[in-house]
Amino acid sequence: MAHDVQAALEASSDAARAKANRGLVIRTGAVVLGLLIVVVAVNGFSHGTFLTPGNLTNVLRQITYVAILAIGQTFVIITAGIDLSVGSLIELTGVVMAQFANAVSFGGFPLVVATLFVGLAVGCFAGFINAVPVVKLNLPPFITTLAMMLMARGLAFKLGHGQPVPLRSDAFENIGIGFLLGGQLSLLGLPGIPIAVLWMVGLVAVFAVVLTRTRFGRYVFAIGGNEEAARLAGINVGLVKTMVYVISGGCAAISGLLLMARFGSGSPNTGIGFELQSIAAVVVGGTSLMGGRGSVIATFLGALLIGLLNNVMNLLQIESYTQDIVLGAVILLAVVTDELRKRYLVR
Amino acid sequence: MSGISKAFPGVKALDGVSLTVQSGEVHALVGENGAGKSTLMKVLAGAYRADAGQIEIDGSPVTIDGPRTAERYGIAMIYQEFNLVPYLDVVQNIMLGHEPARGLLLDRGAALRTATAVLTELDIALPLDRPARRLSVAQQQLVEIAKALVRKARLIVMDEPTAALTDREIDALFALIRKLKSQGVAFVYISHRLEELPLISDRITVIRDGRTIETNPTAQMPQDRVIRLMVGRELDARFPDLPAVDAGAAVILAVQHLSSASGVHDVSFEVRAGEIVGLAGLVGAGRTEIVRAIAGADVPTGGAVDVDGKRVTVDGPHTAIEAGIALITEDRKAQGLVLGMTVRENVTLAHLDAYSQYGFVNRAEEETTTVKEIAELRIRTPSTEQLVRNLSGGTQQKVVLAKWLIGRAKVYLFDEPTRGIDIGAKAEIYLLMVELLRHGAAIVMVSSELPEVLGMSHRILVVREGRIRAEFSKAEATPDKVIAVATGVAA
Repeated sequence: MAHDVQAALEASSDAARAKANRGLVIRTGAVVLGLLIVVVAVNGFSHGTFLTPGNLTNVLRQITYVAILAIGQTFVIITAGIDLSVGSLIELTGVVMAQFANAVSFGGFPLVVATLFVGLAVGCFAGFINAVPVVKLNLPPFITTLAMMLMARGLAFKLGHGQPVPLRSDAFENIGIGFLLGGQLSLLGLPGIPIAVLWMVGLVAVFAVVLTRTRFGRYVFAIGGNEEAARLAGINVGLVKTMVYVISGGCAAISGLLLMARFGSGSPNTGIGFELQSIAAVVVGGTSLMGGRGSVIATFLGALLIGLLNNVMNLLQIESYTQDIVLGAVILLAVVTDELRKRYLVR
Repeated sequence: MSGISKAFPGVKALDGVSLTVQSGEVHALVGENGAGKSTLMKVLAGAYRADAGQIEIDGSPVTIDGPRTAERYGIAMIYQEFNLVPYLDVVQNIMLGHEPARGLLLDRGAALRTATAVLTELDIALPLDRPARRLSVAQQQLVEIAKALVRKARLIVMDEPTAALTDREIDALFALIRKLKSQGVAFVYISHRLEELPLISDRITVIRDGRTIETNPTAQMPQDRVIRLMVGRELDARFPDLPAVDAGAAVILAVQHLSSASGVHDVSFEVRAGEIVGLAGLVGAGRTEIVRAIAGADVPTGGAVDVDGKRVTVDGPHTAIEAGIALITEDRKAQGLVLGMTVRENVTLAHLDAYSQYGFVNRAEEETTTVKEIAELRIRTPSTEQLVRNLSGGTQQKVVLAKWLIGRAKVYLFDEPTRGIDIGAKAEIYLLMVELLRHGAAIVMVSSELPEVLGMSHRILVVREGRIRAEFSKAEATPDKVIAVATGVAA
């Protein structure tokens, strides 16, 4: 008897999981189908320049920096918070890392690793500062991270004396503009896989696992879904919330490293608007700003969709003002359809 | 109002209630917690729509379909929790929604004149430019009354108006009520303080289980009669037999001189293995606050809690849980569950460390436990992956129970364990409590349903104003005695 119940439950659990997944599958499927149609059409209009390996690789590389920010942003937004400081943290960590790399006497791979750790220290510390008033005084993260956005940008300009800090070492060239498998893939007409893109893919994979498979990830969802219930379940809400801002700051530092490597300098104005683009990627990916719901993979797809859209509009030689209008409309459309879907399909 | 009925899913809140109020009358409405007083008043105020029945004003039937309609008919509600805007000043609050205007601009002078006129007429002095959040409770109440009069209210409903007032403030309030009464304003006066009814009310209506029991002039309704009418029913036999507590059973929970900032004062009691102690009292008496302080949901400011002979330093929910204390909260949606998570995720939430290695959650183990709990508690869910949001109230409550049962706590604090769930699920939850007793658990139960407290407790502690006022064994406890202590009629 107990066995029957168990078996039936397990079967129905699988069914339910399939059902839960079906929503995501349908969404993803619809997006892919839509993209496919657009792709074919665009390819025709752009006389075949869109569907080239080179162009698609380029899209991936272009979205890398915002997509990495958006990973951390996803964690923050699932707890019903927001992090407006990530754009300027790219700049601050970039300038600090460039100055550090120029100041030390060693080079090569150890330099890259050491520089990364310096950047992470700065980014994570800034994230910690973001979190303290949110956790201790229950202040809105909109304000604390807005303040950090201003302070970090100001500090980046001050440290760099208003100028980009050029890198003297060539140790960063590889992660900035290097490719993996360049030789082998050139036969297929590909320049290889950009190293920066590999970083992005790796981070997406790691944080997708953290969010869905770890206790920490579960607590992130629980806090976003019902903070009081989470607290009464004995969860250290303050610690978890602090961690999400630290992760977000850390993601900004990694993004800062890759951008610095790409431009060969740490620059105090490279991240303007990135915080809003990262939020857009999260939202287009279907993560709710009310918290409790979201996915790193979906955020990545959101960033990809926005990147493809930008690329397509460039290829079609649509002027940049029009591009902004289209992008804004897409973001609005994404949240409106998401809300409608929740109201009429799920119930 | 006649024949008013209103049902909520699983509950018939009102079942043909009638109430007649004459102009210039103070009509007291009394009943136990959950008797239907608030629901009835919300129907009158247009917050709920009745399923059946009729409301007549001055002899002609009316339809009240929203708060604005109620206002138009001259009905004003003054809830226990006032509806003032904290940052607006006295004048702005009084005139809220009725601001005089000159063209597009507010006419502040006219607003001030109207508000002052009302206050002068009532002989009330209030600091007109002080924001509402800086007023005393009594002053806020006066603002509410002035607000009602600006709206030309002819019937004012007051819910527990004296609950937070001092004796002098109560005298002033009664004087004001009498004055308005002489001008023809009618009052519906809801109160648990039976002793004040002879002072202020003209007639008393008792309601119980959503029905009108009796309406009589106050002179014919002595207190003991009111209490008898409120309680009324025989205790029904729907409660399981409680196993007797062993004479030598160990004290599992010992609470000593516990106090908290949320209003718990010097509370001490003990619960032994296999024993249920019921906390009885009126809503707001401090029962919930007591169990919250024990469980670390509110951090205690003084006193001590021992579990199984060991001192517990309660500095948050985490330490209480580790010590083996489980709090099943009163409001499962706001405090017990993450509605957007699955049954499985909710069940393991408080004990996730037991279901993870190196920080990674072991879903297979979670699944096994959840499936087992679903079978044992007969949780009616299609699967472990169902979102809790989509389950019925009784089923949700079982998920909350499962969440605490898997931790094998020693002390279970049940706060209103059966509120808003159907009879079948109630019976199952009672049986489960008995099962916990057999395993040596100690249970504290807060319940506003008197029969539940009397039927499901070995001992009953009556709480009023954050203190334990009386203790009864199951054998000595009667509804009349408990109500008398809870309402302050008896010490």
